[in-house]
Amino acid sequence: MDIDKKLVEKIATLSRVKIEEKEVERFSKELSKIITWVEKLNEVDTKDVTPVANPSDIKIPFREDEINDGKIEEKILKNAPEKKAGYFVVPKVLD
Amino acid sequence: MDLKNINLEECLKFLKEKKISSKELTTFYLKEAEANKDLNAYILLNSDNAIKSAEESDKRISNNTARPLEGIPIAIKDLFCTKDVLTTAASKMLNNFKPTYESTVTQKLWDAGAILLGKTNLDEFAMGSSNETSFFGPSINPWSKDKKKYVPGGSSGGSAAAVSGNIAIAATGTDTGGSIRQPASYCGIVGVKPTYGRCSRWGIVSFASSLDQAGPMTKTVNDAALMLDVMAGYDKKDSTSANLKKTTFYKDLKNKKKLRIGIPKQYKNDQLNKEIIKFWELGIEFFRKNNCEVVEIDLPHTEYALATYYIISSAEASSNLARYDGIRYGLRKNSENINDLYEQTRAEGFGEEVKRRIMIGTYVLSAGYYDAYYLKAQKVRSKIINDFNEAFKMVDIIFTPTAPSDAFEQGSKIDDPIQMYLNDVFTVPVSLAGLPAISVPMGLSKNNLPLGFQIIGKSFEEDSVFSAAKIIEENSNFKRETEK
Amino acid sequence: MQKSNEWETIIGLEVHAQIISKSKLFSGASTDFGSDPNTQVSLVDAAMPGMLPVINRDCVEQAIKTGLGLNAQINKRSIFDRKNYFYPDLPQGYQISQFTQPIVGSGTIQIDLKDGTLKKIGITRLHLEQDAGKSIHDIEPSKSYIDLNRSGVALMEIVSEPDIRSAEEAQEYVKKLRSILRYIGTCDGNMEEGSLRCDVNISVRKKGEELGTRAEIKNVNSIKSIGQAIDYEFKRQTEIINSGGKIDQETRLFDEKKGETRSMRSKEEAHDYRYFPDPDLPPLEIEDEWIDKIKKNLPELPDVKKENLINQYKISSYDASILVSDKNNAEFFDKIINENTKRNPKNIANWIIGELFALLNKNNLEIKDSPIKAEDLGELIDYIEDETISGKIAKNVFEEMFKTKKNAKEIIQKKGLKQITDTDEIESLIDKVLNNNKDKVDEYKSGKEKLFGYFVGQVMQETKGTANPTAVNEILKKKLAK
Repeated sequence: MDIDKKLVEKIATLSRVKIEEKEVERFSKELSKIITWVEKLNEVDTKDVTPVANPSDIKIPFREDEINDGKIEEKILKNAPEKKAGYFVVPKVLD
Repeated sequence: MDLKNINLEECLKFLKEKKISSKELTTFYLKEAEANKDLNAYILLNSDNAIKSAEESDKRISNNTARPLEGIPIAIKDLFCTKDVLTTAASKMLNNFKPTYESTVTQKLWDAGAILLGKTNLDEFAMGSSNETSFFGPSINPWSKDKKKYVPGGSSGGSAAAVSGNIAIAATGTDTGGSIRQPASYCGIVGVKPTYGRCSRWGIVSFASSLDQAGPMTKTVNDAALMLDVMAGYDKKDSTSANLKKTTFYKDLKNKKKLRIGIPKQYKNDQLNKEIIKFWELGIEFFRKNNCEVVEIDLPHTEYALATYYIISSAEASSNLARYDGIRYGLRKNSENINDLYEQTRAEGFGEEVKRRIMIGTYVLSAGYYDAYYLKAQKVRSKIINDFNEAFKMVDIIFTPTAPSDAFEQGSKIDDPIQMYLNDVFTVPVSLAGLPAISVPMGLSKNNLPLGFQIIGKSFEEDSVFSAAKIIEENSNFKRETEK
Repeated sequence: MQKSNEWETIIGLEVHAQIISKSKLFSGASTDFGSDPNTQVSLVDAAMPGMLPVINRDCVEQAIKTGLGLNAQINKRSIFDRKNYFYPDLPQGYQISQFTQPIVGSGTIQIDLKDGTLKKIGITRLHLEQDAGKSIHDIEPSKSYIDLNRSGVALMEIVSEPDIRSAEEAQEYVKKLRSILRYIGTCDGNMEEGSLRCDVNISVRKKGEELGTRAEIKNVNSIKSIGQAIDYEFKRQTEIINSGGKIDQETRLFDEKKGETRSMRSKEEAHDYRYFPDPDLPPLEIEDEWIDKIKKNLPELPDVKKENLINQYKISSYDASILVSDKNNAEFFDKIINENTKRNPKNIANWIIGELFALLNKNNLEIKDSPIKAEDLGELIDYIEDETISGKIAKNVFEEMFKTKKNAKEIIQKKGLKQITDTDEIESLIDKVLNNNKDKVDEYKSGKEKLFGYFVGQVMQETKGTANPTAVNEILKKKLAK
């Protein structure tokens, strides 16, 4: 499968990773190669096979509904690159 | 006393017998680590606090309140969050990050009396098999000689180099597709990836959630069993953690087991170098001599495991790494526009391999491609798991080489991602199936570099894995470089 | 809004309901509203490296309860999926939701329309998901401030079938859904505080033709807005089609102030959420025993209660609807009828719906804050029914009770409002009035029948309105007939 430049740019936008113009070609080549390589899976007959998302076969464990966390705002904000009055601060987001 | 070549078991004995103090031990290792900076095995040495902790351990030892690992300095892969201590995942993205919390696995080590020696180098965000993608530069395989630089393997390259280079008694690693086993093989040490769910993932920087597992990297099989007993255990903060009783792997080593060994025919191919085939056959002999039946088994979907692994791990990684956005912690590249902030931060914070995997992961999950790639991979995964289930009806252990070659030279594969991925061909199927496996060194290649062999067991039967590993270890009598 | 008969509006609603629980869906931080920023945030909520989700059992139970309340199928096995997108109030860079296998499948809600008809609206599904944090845009001009307190609170997303055909139906649907949620106690349905949010999917088509392209309207935060948004969209879409244009499939925001919808500014390509099963969470499995236990403990649902009111108490459908529209109304009624089953249920209903609601509305109060308690109203009704006071006087007493919070007995006694029913007493009063108005009596007898009311009025004046009107009428008639 060929991952052309347009697709590389689309994926870069979806992943929020800026790819410079001069790198797009290289990424296109590398990604195309990797995707072509993984397409080998098409050789496997998987009709009627249930997909597996996690190798363990446990069921989801439950937690009791009690308040035993939070009230750690200092820790939460400690590593923030920009914060003010208890909030995380980012450039204005328009809807 | 030869502190350089000492192993964990010996340390505990000498500490108990008061032949050495934790302070001496810890000071020695800090010095050795400093003196061997060229290995670049450590990102950070815990110089200030390690000595203090050692002194406290000495107090406990002297008043007989010593815990299982009291006074032992241990190297921790810099993927485990350590409270108030830099945790970088070898990435520029987190190069200033100090967690306010401790990972469950490392907390268990500290609760057992162990001491943080330092944080070891790794491939960035655990993505790689050579430790060449680290923001802090590559780590070097201590077996490197004659001006040639060999890779220690990856992603837990720093931990492997430290233990192998005698600048750590033992270390922790994480294994997603082979990241403990393959570097253990390249560096000639023991590395264990436990069953998925055996150790808690809470507080370990997440790469691929359905594959990641923490494990010990040590000089001997006994050490690994000892350490795993401390690291393992149910954690209610991790919904994928297995709720089983406390392990007694170290104690159970005494019980020799009669095991049926399987050799997967799909792992044999004429491209394997001659020494690997030689040692593999030698290993089979060791098992036979020890009353273990050896048979050929079938793992028909082996050739599809790598592709399956790369699709699944990249998909999970692309989502797990979305939280690195410059808002709550880590690197931030400021901008007046939020999307620009995200894009610049992540472009600068992530290295090439990480970017590649995020892009692959995003692609295989995206609309129109999900069925053909991600869903397909999960189905093939199911078939691979089934292969192992079928094989394990006939055998207790599967015995294979850990890697298709010995360590390679730095820079020789970094420009060819697929060549790099092929390093994991024997380790990846095990990860997909969530099974336990160990790598034990058997001998040297013609380049004088270690060759490790993999022992795979059934889910939660690490005791059989350790038992088989002992047979290989005792019979191989592999001497680490510095012991010769 | 006039709708031409040629057009049909197809509407589906997506409602997000915040689950009543102490802690969040996947973390132990509190769900309280209105705390200082980032004080109800755990390391998991802040998506610190290495953090993992663990599910809250009660939130799952609330979702099952709600599913049962919607007559829906409970799926014994469901999966959590990640919905991936970037936004500052979404710390993980993905929302844990359910995409392919939700916890609840199809169900129905019955709505009551003004014309008395009942209509069934289908529920497609209900699933569990995390709420996002809050972005505040007006503290600093070039910045947005992020508060993660709400991040991770449990939500139920309830999706209706596109069975809704008008603004009224949409409003009744949300009202009924809200009342069910409040009845079973799984959501407080407070639209002003944002614990119940609504997205409207709407398209139009000429009757008989294929389905039109739909627009999704967000930010519809009240029952009134739902109606306004639908009316505006109908107009907008039909105008576009009539002038030969095409409807864009897009997301629009409802502007409360203008009563209009507008296209969302970010014209980026449609979100590709790249849903995949969350590898940190095994499948959710629900046993039959758990479902059965919940079923047993479920309170009476509004529709069932309404049927009972109609069948058992012969209350009109309309009145019954009002009584069940709010759990508090129903409880108020129940208290009164259960305290004394001899009371006339229709009277009780009338007093609640007519008099009580009028006063509550005037004073901007909810029934749960009513100064007149159920027992007090019950007592008043007893006095009417045993003729201690007349209906008319009762209205005055009621108003006094509302103002002073005193009970009926006290007020009647203090103001001497006890009804005069003694026929002898009434007779002598009537005699008095007739004697004082001899000329009018003559006029009456010669044909001016209207004066009857005048005599009644005089008697009432004499007695300050406490004479039993029926008795007065009877006796007066007799006297004048002579």
